[in-house]
Amino acid sequence: MVSFLSNHLLILVMLLNFALLSTGRLSLAVRLATAQGVLLGLLPGILHPLNWHLMVITAGIILVKGVIIPWLLFSAIRAAEIKRETEPFLGFGATLVIGAAVTALAFLYVPRLPLLAAHQGHLFVPASIATLLTGFLLLTTRRKAISQVLGYLILENGIFIFGLLLAEAMPLMVEAGVLLDLLAGTFVMGIVIGHISREFSSLDTSRLSALREK
Amino acid sequence: MMFLLLILPLLGAVAAWMIRSEQQRPLLLPLLAVPHFGLSLVFALQADNRISNNWIDLDPLGAIVLLTVSLLFLFCAFYAVGYLRRDRPDRSNRVLVPALLLCLSAMTLVCFSRHLGLLWVSVAATTLTMAPLIYFNRNARSIEATWKYLMIGSVGIALALLGVYFLAYATLVAGVDATLHLDELLAIAPALDKGWLKAAFIFLLTGFGAKLGLAPLHTWKPDAYGEAPGLVGALLAGGLTSCGFLALLRVYQVMLAAGGDDGFYRQPLLVMGLFSMALAAAFLVRQADFKRLLAYSSVEHVGILALALGIGKGALIGMLLHLMGNGLLKGVLFLSSGNLHRAFASKSTLGMRGALRLLPWSGGLFLAGFLAVSAFPPSLIFQSEFIIAVNAFRQEHWLVGGLFLALLAIIFLGMAPTVLGMVLGTPPASLPDSGFRDRYQNVLPPACLLLAVLLLGSWMPGPLFDLLRQGAALLGGGP
Repeated sequence: MVSFLSNHLLILVMLLNFALLSTGRLSLAVRLATAQGVLLGLLPGILHPLNWHLMVITAGIILVKGVIIPWLLFSAIRAAEIKRETEPFLGFGATLVIGAAVTALAFLYVPRLPLLAAHQGHLFVPASIATLLTGFLLLTTRRKAISQVLGYLILENGIFIFGLLLAEAMPLMVEAGVLLDLLAGTFVMGIVIGHISREFSSLDTSRLSALREK
Repeated sequence: MMFLLLILPLLGAVAAWMIRSEQQRPLLLPLLAVPHFGLSLVFALQADNRISNNWIDLDPLGAIVLLTVSLLFLFCAFYAVGYLRRDRPDRSNRVLVPALLLCLSAMTLVCFSRHLGLLWVSVAATTLTMAPLIYFNRNARSIEATWKYLMIGSVGIALALLGVYFLAYATLVAGVDATLHLDELLAIAPALDKGWLKAAFIFLLTGFGAKLGLAPLHTWKPDAYGEAPGLVGALLAGGLTSCGFLALLRVYQVMLAAGGDDGFYRQPLLVMGLFSMALAAAFLVRQADFKRLLAYSSVEHVGILALALGIGKGALIGMLLHLMGNGLLKGVLFLSSGNLHRAFASKSTLGMRGALRLLPWSGGLFLAGFLAVSAFPPSLIFQSEFIIAVNAFRQEHWLVGGLFLALLAIIFLGMAPTVLGMVLGTPPASLPDSGFRDRYQNVLPPACLLLAVLLLGSWMPGPLFDLLRQGAALLGGGP
């Protein structure tokens, strides 16, 4: 039952990856990433018996990924008055095809990994790799600063999925530290985004090109 | 007691945030840096190779980095007082001063971490606290530099987290209680699964390599160093790189303890080290911006560190000496170049002549810093590079040793015309008077750092040498 639930949640997470790759509307993309973060926040609660450590972490993840980070990103979108990701470096169709291909490759590759017997047959590792690579794709193919932050968050989500396999190894303090780093990182990025839009009247990072070797 | 060292800068950051006066706030920096260095010295002298069960403890490797960072910060703090109060009264330092102190606290935590999870959190914290410092000048160029730094740094550090997870998974596969405590990891390392260990190393090297600015992950470095104030550049190039490298040393300790085939971690270190040096050599020639020149010089020196780590054994003492020398000399170069920047109101090397005439002390320190970083005796760098080269040949890495020496020569020949062109000759007649002069406040800090490097290069105090020897022993060093 537990693995049935967790596998279906992870399939949903991967479908959200595809949705993120195919949308150009920034506010929709932020919502999709929020949904992914919250789904992942529920996973530890499904996998492990309930205790206070787990409750703190679940509450923390949902607060950070489901409330604070989306709020930061939405206020950045509002401040910059930008709605769409226009002209990505690689088209939405092409990135979606690549995303599907790397997801398929992740599934093909994982059986070769020396996983613990208890973790074989679960979708954790392929979902982790697929999500990580989706984050990379977003980071490298999108122009808008907000899309790049989203790419970073998705990449972090992919790493988080792998971390679920080690829930016992990770002390509360380290998990809290990782979460805090994510929050602080997004916060600083949000501030910088505000300054980019004021300085360049745009969130197009391809305009950030004054610094290079002549 | 050790917590005091971590909490002191944190309290300072809070106090700095509360102080209203722009003129008084910078005074906090030396006020905290002095006791920080004193306490660091006390703890460093007590550090030894004992196994520790605590999350926070200081071993010789941490002590060496702590001393370097704390000494560098001390002189940067004194420099900052003059810089912020006299030269930059136009800019609010309400963010800069607390961020500097937070960064000091995070760097201290990196040195004390005995748990890889905690180590990761503290390295990530150093990355984030530096971002507002790079953006101090608040213009289009500095925001571009900050954005690149943030994106590459954050993604790099995220990959390092995956590497840490892989390491924890390797302990699970080995059938022991999963742990990330360094001493426990070292004890069970031989039993760890080699496949996961290799994967962990690749991700950790990529992640911390991006933090260090090892080529090809260095692209943020010239931009960030070029746009940040000289004071911040000194801490980036001398402090953050040293902390990032310490993180890499921890990873190396685990790989070394695992035993077996050592090619999978030595080869990438050697290749990235040499590639960083080669890339620096290519971009140092005719570099038209002197802060970017220093950035590529930093790429070169982290390359040398990685190379020495890859060679291992006898080269390790040289590596630790290089870590100290590089950290302190980056202070000399960035602080003195910051002075030149203010006096000439430009970072371009093309129109710049006669720095020695215009600012005899700052120009002289810049020149002396360049010679010291190019391994002229009695600089510490001379000793370190000599030891590294000798040990490359002693271990029959003929090609590596040969390339190392050739690249050092090319880099010196590439940098020398630019630096000499800047300091010699007469200043351009059209140069408007910036009102900037050599003063005790802006000349003494880099001068003291230079003196420290020359002193350590000619006479190494006994306790410090013991630390270096014990540190090298932790990494499998020896004759």
